[in-house]
Amino acid sequence: MTEAIKLKAKDYKSEVKPIWCPGCGHFSVLNAITKAMAGLGINKDNTVLVSGIGCSSRLPAYVDSYGFHGVHGRGLAIAQGLKVARPDLTVLALGGDGDGFSIGGNHFIHACRRNVNMTYIAMDNEVYGMTKGQASPTTPMDWDHSKLTPHGPGVRPFKPAALALASGAPWIARGYSGNPNQMAKLIAEAVAHPGFSFLHVMSQCITFCPEQTDWKAIVTEHEGPALANADEAAKVFLHEDGFQTGLLYCEPRPSWPPVSDKPVDGNALAGLAASFRV
Amino acid sequence: MSKRHLCIAITGAGGAGVISCGELLLQAWAHEGGRGLLRKAYGPQIRGGESAALLKLTDDERYTAASHYDLVVALDWDNFSRFEDEIRLGPRSWVLCDEADELPASVLAARPTVLQLPFAELASTCHAEGRVNMLVLGVLGRLLGLPVGSMVELAAQKLARKPQAYRDAATACIEGGASRPMACDLPVPPTAATGACYMSGNQAAGLGALEAGIRFVAAYPITPASDVLEWMAGGLEQLGGQLLQAEDELAAINMAIGAAFGGVPAFTATSGPGLALMTESIGLAVASETPVTILNVMRGGPSTGIPTKSEQSDLNIALNGLHGDAPHLVLAPLDIADCVFTTGWAVQLAQQLQTAAIVLSDQFIGQSTAIVSEPRRYIPATAAPATPAEGAYLRYKLTSSGVSTLAAPGDAGHRFTADGLEHNENGTPSARQSDHQRQLAKRQDKLADFGFGDDWAQVNGSGPLALLCFGSSSAAVNEAADLLAERGSPARVISLRLLAPLQTAALRAAVEGCSAVVVVEQNHSGQLFRYLKGHADFPQAVHSYAMAGPVPLAPEAIAQAVTEMINP
Ligand SMILES: Cc1ncc(C[n+]2csc(CCOP(=O)(O)OP(=O)(O)O)c2C)c(N)n1
Ligand code: SF4
Repeated sequence: MTEAIKLKAKDYKSEVKPIWCPGCGHFSVLNAITKAMAGLGINKDNTVLVSGIGCSSRLPAYVDSYGFHGVHGRGLAIAQGLKVARPDLTVLALGGDGDGFSIGGNHFIHACRRNVNMTYIAMDNEVYGMTKGQASPTTPMDWDHSKLTPHGPGVRPFKPAALALASGAPWIARGYSGNPNQMAKLIAEAVAHPGFSFLHVMSQCITFCPEQTDWKAIVTEHEGPALANADEAAKVFLHEDGFQTGLLYCEPRPSWPPVSDKPVDGNALAGLAASFRV
Repeated sequence: MSKRHLCIAITGAGGAGVISCGELLLQAWAHEGGRGLLRKAYGPQIRGGESAALLKLTDDERYTAASHYDLVVALDWDNFSRFEDEIRLGPRSWVLCDEADELPASVLAARPTVLQLPFAELASTCHAEGRVNMLVLGVLGRLLGLPVGSMVELAAQKLARKPQAYRDAATACIEGGASRPMACDLPVPPTAATGACYMSGNQAAGLGALEAGIRFVAAYPITPASDVLEWMAGGLEQLGGQLLQAEDELAAINMAIGAAFGGVPAFTATSGPGLALMTESIGLAVASETPVTILNVMRGGPSTGIPTKSEQSDLNIALNGLHGDAPHLVLAPLDIADCVFTTGWAVQLAQQLQTAAIVLSDQFIGQSTAIVSEPRRYIPATAAPATPAEGAYLRYKLTSSGVSTLAAPGDAGHRFTADGLEHNENGTPSARQSDHQRQLAKRQDKLADFGFGDDWAQVNGSGPLALLCFGSSSAAVNEAADLLAERGSPARVISLRLLAPLQTAALRAAVEGCSAVVVVEQNHSGQLFRYLKGHADFPQAVHSYAMAGPVPLAPEAIAQAVTEMINP
């Protein structure tokens, strides 16, 4: 039976009250996710949000679906195991830039490469919010607001879209917490994409990086269709400022695992046990 | 009564096919109803180097590693010294080697009877592409009274993918070797019933896991656990399950947790270094009450340690490696056949109790192959179907058993967010003292109050001395108990299969009436001894016999040490 009444975005929110600071960009991601779910008319019981640890990773509890709030950096691994075991489910992984690009960086690379049919939303505020404001892999070199790195991290920030492309992600988009409607549209497209879809969201941390309110002046919207050629996309992702939003690259390739054409053998267990008998 | 064993070591350069020779010999022996064990030993090189097929043909299935060899067949003597700790010879031993060989002084010093044959020449006379390993198979097969046809057929199956000429050469060499009488009258153990199984402990563990319902495996290769995962890959494909090769063990354990959250019983296998990486997330499985089974095939540690050899030194990390108060299950199979039972039991306990189960196997039972009677299976009592709870679904509901209903995505109306953050009954994160205490107690009580039945240990004998061990030490300790009984000190042997939660009451009852307890284990620091001292509170004097790997525990050494401990 299909759900008789069409659900609204707010019907996809849970009763749990977010712990986020007022003005945190992550609220906007939550709104965009529930809006996208309502737009897709998604079945709450068949949807799972999986996350790691961080302010951003608190999000699954705020959505009325199934959820898994795991450990720092490993959300993508949980999500891939789940999706491979249960291909019938809609699986979204999400978390922060520290969670996804630092401690979870290896999983990010391999998730892009593996191309399991799921969506990953990285909520990038260029800082470790939850641990109170240290530099992350995407923090500008000269950002000197952290006592841990008083002269700035002094290390070049890395470029998530370029890394995703180089690792084989077939669908790469960028959103901005200041534009939840565009983000909702991108999330809906990401879920519909038959493979690994990477949505990089610039989601401001008002508490530790108040200067990020300036982002709204530099954010642009990508015009025209998404690039469908990795060579061209590489040039863009290596040289862009990281603030162009929209669907930037889409070059579908077969997702993993391939659908097996081998029939399941009802007597396989007996056969396996028998294979040891001399 | 002393046992009738025949121990044969076949050594040679890697690539010379000594392992194949040993495998085929043991398989052919199995076809005749024989019993026996094949241990494989390798030098540190990946390819090349030295390898040894260490065979022990027996008249029972209590498989201990041989320490003394009746017959050593050396295809060459280069690097033989690598195995000198493991392959001991004596004046009653026989050595078979090539005519042209000069024997190492250390071998001659043991004064064995030496037989020399023109190996290479004979092999090439049998067939232009003849190989010495197959010639040796024929020679040894004749010694054991094995039908030539059986060896030829088994070799043909094993070499099915090789070119015809290769198989023809094998046949000719086996036949040639078998026509060669050998002036060696070593007694051959009697054979038993045919129809046994021929398996390694790693295969047995994989079979136990699949039979218990595992349909998802996440894998990151590591010696000596990779072959479990490789074997399961084929089985899962037939069963419609999935195997995911992970980028590291951090991913592997989390992928398994993800699949298990999806309601698909999930498993991973690793060894010490991988277990160390997994520990944070095993804690997540405990806190989020997600069932998962981790098979840890122990090798020498710490750090990279001795990857290809056995030791029981991951007990500490398995018991205590998780941060916070994280009660979970730790089990250890007692022998190769028991890997089926104990792994299956672990999987079912993890599912039933919604927690992590660590199974401590090791390289010795994991990678040795043996002929075993049909292994016992764990057959769960049929549980009454869970009745859906009244009212709103609470994932972490406090119940009398501590176990709450576990819904999976797709179940209508049971939506929840699993969490490693402390939470209330509903799963909502909570840092309140009351929620923390209740959930800690819930996770502890569901294990502490569970009835694990009689399989927590295997208890043999009833002497006034108790020998306590876990996992793969069991066979060597039981054999030591036989030696002690022959020498007038009967002992009972308690082999622990369930290490956590420790069945303290049952354990104390098992040692009741004993005047002393000796804890025997294969590690340096006495990990089991310390654990039991801390938890079991025995009224008796408790002694420790802890001997690090990689050389397998020797029953004679155990018996001697125990005698000294109890008669100081
Ligand atoms: C293994 C481990 N190391 C460190 C931490 C501490 N920690 C919690 S959240 C976090 C970083 C969060 O930053 P990010 O992922 O960018 O998310 P944000 O809070 O900014 O949304 C860290 C380092 C942890 N929880 N676990
Ligand atoms: S610290 Fe930053 S990221 Fe965390 S909730 Fe506050 S504003 Fe958001």
